[in-house]
Amino acid sequence: MTEIFGVPTQALFGQLLIGLINGSFYALLSLGLAVIFGLLNIINFTHGAQYMMGAFVAWYLLNKAGLGYWWALAVAPIAVGAFGVIIERTMLKQLYKLDHLYGLLLTFGLALIIQGLFRNEYGSSGLPYSIPSQLQGGQNLGFMFLPNYRAWVIVFSLAVCLSTWFVIEKTKLGSYLRAATENPELVRAFGINVPRMITLTYGFGVGLAALAGVMAAPIYSVNPLMGADLIIVVFAVVVIGGMGSIMGSIVTGFGLGIIEGLTKVFYPEASNTVIFIIMAIVLMFRPAGLFGTPR
Amino acid sequence: MLRTLGVAATVAMAMGAAHAQISDGVIKIGVLNDQSSLYADISGQGGAVAARMAVEDFGAAKKGMKVEVISADHQNKPEVGSSIARQWYDRDGVDVIVDVPTSSVALAINQVTREKNKAFLVSGAATSDLTGKACSPNTIHWTYDTWMLAHGTGSAIVGTGKKTWFFLTADYAFGHALERDTEEVVVKNGGKVLGKVRHPLNAQDFSSFLLQAQSSKAQVIGLANAGGDTINSIKQAAEFGIVKGGQNLAGMLVFITDVHALGLQTAQGLIFTETFYWDRNDQTRAFAKRFAPQYKGNMPTMVQAGIYSAVLHYLKAVEALKSDDAPKVIAKMKEMPTDDPLFGKGRIRADGRKIHDAYLVEVKKPSESKGPWDYYKILATIPADKAFRPEKEGDCPLVK
Repeated sequence: MTEIFGVPTQALFGQLLIGLINGSFYALLSLGLAVIFGLLNIINFTHGAQYMMGAFVAWYLLNKAGLGYWWALAVAPIAVGAFGVIIERTMLKQLYKLDHLYGLLLTFGLALIIQGLFRNEYGSSGLPYSIPSQLQGGQNLGFMFLPNYRAWVIVFSLAVCLSTWFVIEKTKLGSYLRAATENPELVRAFGINVPRMITLTYGFGVGLAALAGVMAAPIYSVNPLMGADLIIVVFAVVVIGGMGSIMGSIVTGFGLGIIEGLTKVFYPEASNTVIFIIMAIVLMFRPAGLFGTPR
Repeated sequence: MLRTLGVAATVAMAMGAAHAQISDGVIKIGVLNDQSSLYADISGQGGAVAARMAVEDFGAAKKGMKVEVISADHQNKPEVGSSIARQWYDRDGVDVIVDVPTSSVALAINQVTREKNKAFLVSGAATSDLTGKACSPNTIHWTYDTWMLAHGTGSAIVGTGKKTWFFLTADYAFGHALERDTEEVVVKNGGKVLGKVRHPLNAQDFSSFLLQAQSSKAQVIGLANAGGDTINSIKQAAEFGIVKGGQNLAGMLVFITDVHALGLQTAQGLIFTETFYWDRNDQTRAFAKRFAPQYKGNMPTMVQAGIYSAVLHYLKAVEALKSDDAPKVIAKMKEMPTDDPLFGKGRIRADGRKIHDAYLVEVKKPSESKGPWDYYKILATIPADKAFRPEKEGDCPLVK
């Protein structure tokens, strides 16, 4: 068997695939952040908490209403998105004229409150949530055993990411959105309700986080702290990709997942720092990120 | 009037004399643990609940002793833990710190306590170094340790003929100690360690590490981690078909709250060692029944039970000495045999190791369980003198 740096190539393929799976969570989450930042100029630190809420909605639906995973996939983004809309209408709206920092502080505070409340109620060990029966089991790919559920995660998140990119970059609705962020006054003059569009955009970004939460529930269990650690990594992903760049966040999400996966093979001790090392290097040479344009 | 005053003064003086040796007139117990992260359910706020129950059951108020329990969150960071400990000892008049899960933090508090000459009763931390090369005249290690886990669970599994191991280890003091102690057992019993991988504390995704374990073809994958890390390792191992593929998981440190979080469907058949199970006898059940309503309906873990037992014994020693002078109290605790409803009779050795029976348990199948928290079958009882590392093998300077 051929080897690369002492690791059999077959094992390496497995790790690349695993990296891609983790990357799909990074991509989905950083995409939501990028959409919100790109169109609202808000650094949404509540994103991790909203991701966690998505997982909790899935758990509630299963245990209180008897509705399974597929329902959760549809209901959780809407429910948590609606929660996001309320936050935007009542709180974030007041901050658009101020510096980014205020939005960051508000959303960070909200995240701490939400996580604290859930932790107080549900503890830190998490709640069980099993893989839907249709996706249980897995395929033997020869070089690794790929659980069906993980394959689904890659395919589904890739589809969501690409359609989001398509809507924002290639459709009329997307062009309105982009125009509204460049020059809201002018777009309003054309008779478009800009504040409503912004509210719905925030709701959509939050919904993406909740969707990622539902997808994560069967893998990581439903845990009040699940978003707290992830959000920092996801921010690093967004910074590396370039704040506000839609394609940038998708590509870096998947890319960094792979790099992290490889680190877990060659030097596992560094696997939770490697992304930040890359971030530091990228910021040194391209302060606007890999795909970002300086504003 | 004058006479009344005189009587009052005499009474006050008499009371003062009785309490002359209690610093500030109050015995202050500080429960220090993780209250916000992956180990919060193992003891957390429930640790403070257990300590208060011990104070109540000891009857401190009736005996005229003033005892106060405070608690804080060390966030699993040694530097945060040490600075809280210093503040407690220097400014807040804390006499004894209890619990402190996360071995790296416990080792730091062990040092601070020795410096300040106070008392430290460890329940949550696992590293056997606390009664080995890092042992201290101010510290007692109460509930369990890595040597006990390694020998209890490790020998039971190697004994079934499964000789090749691969370790998934939490990359800090606790994981290293547990891996080291287990490896020793495996090798001593003719087994072999094929490989190991060290993962960061609080890692979410274990698939990459599990894949490495899978390709090692080891018969047993030893999980030298705890709390949320163990939960995620076991859950994801099921997803990757590791157990179905013929490999076995050995959770070297599993708590009942982990089993609760995993659900019996995933956790069934796991074998591990505990020193306390709430459903073991009438006394443990009575304790659990009082504990649960005070802590979100959770049954007590062995760490919480250990806090109860340790605080109770500490207060008995203070009562006997009529003093809370730490070195004297610790010496007295070692001298008096221990006896409480949760761990039964036991004793504390010169190296600071509290010894009692340990239990090899197996997680029930969903069909065998009568409901939430009915999780264990006790397979074997490991007697106290066999359960823990022999005093002479620990290299503790206190043992002559």
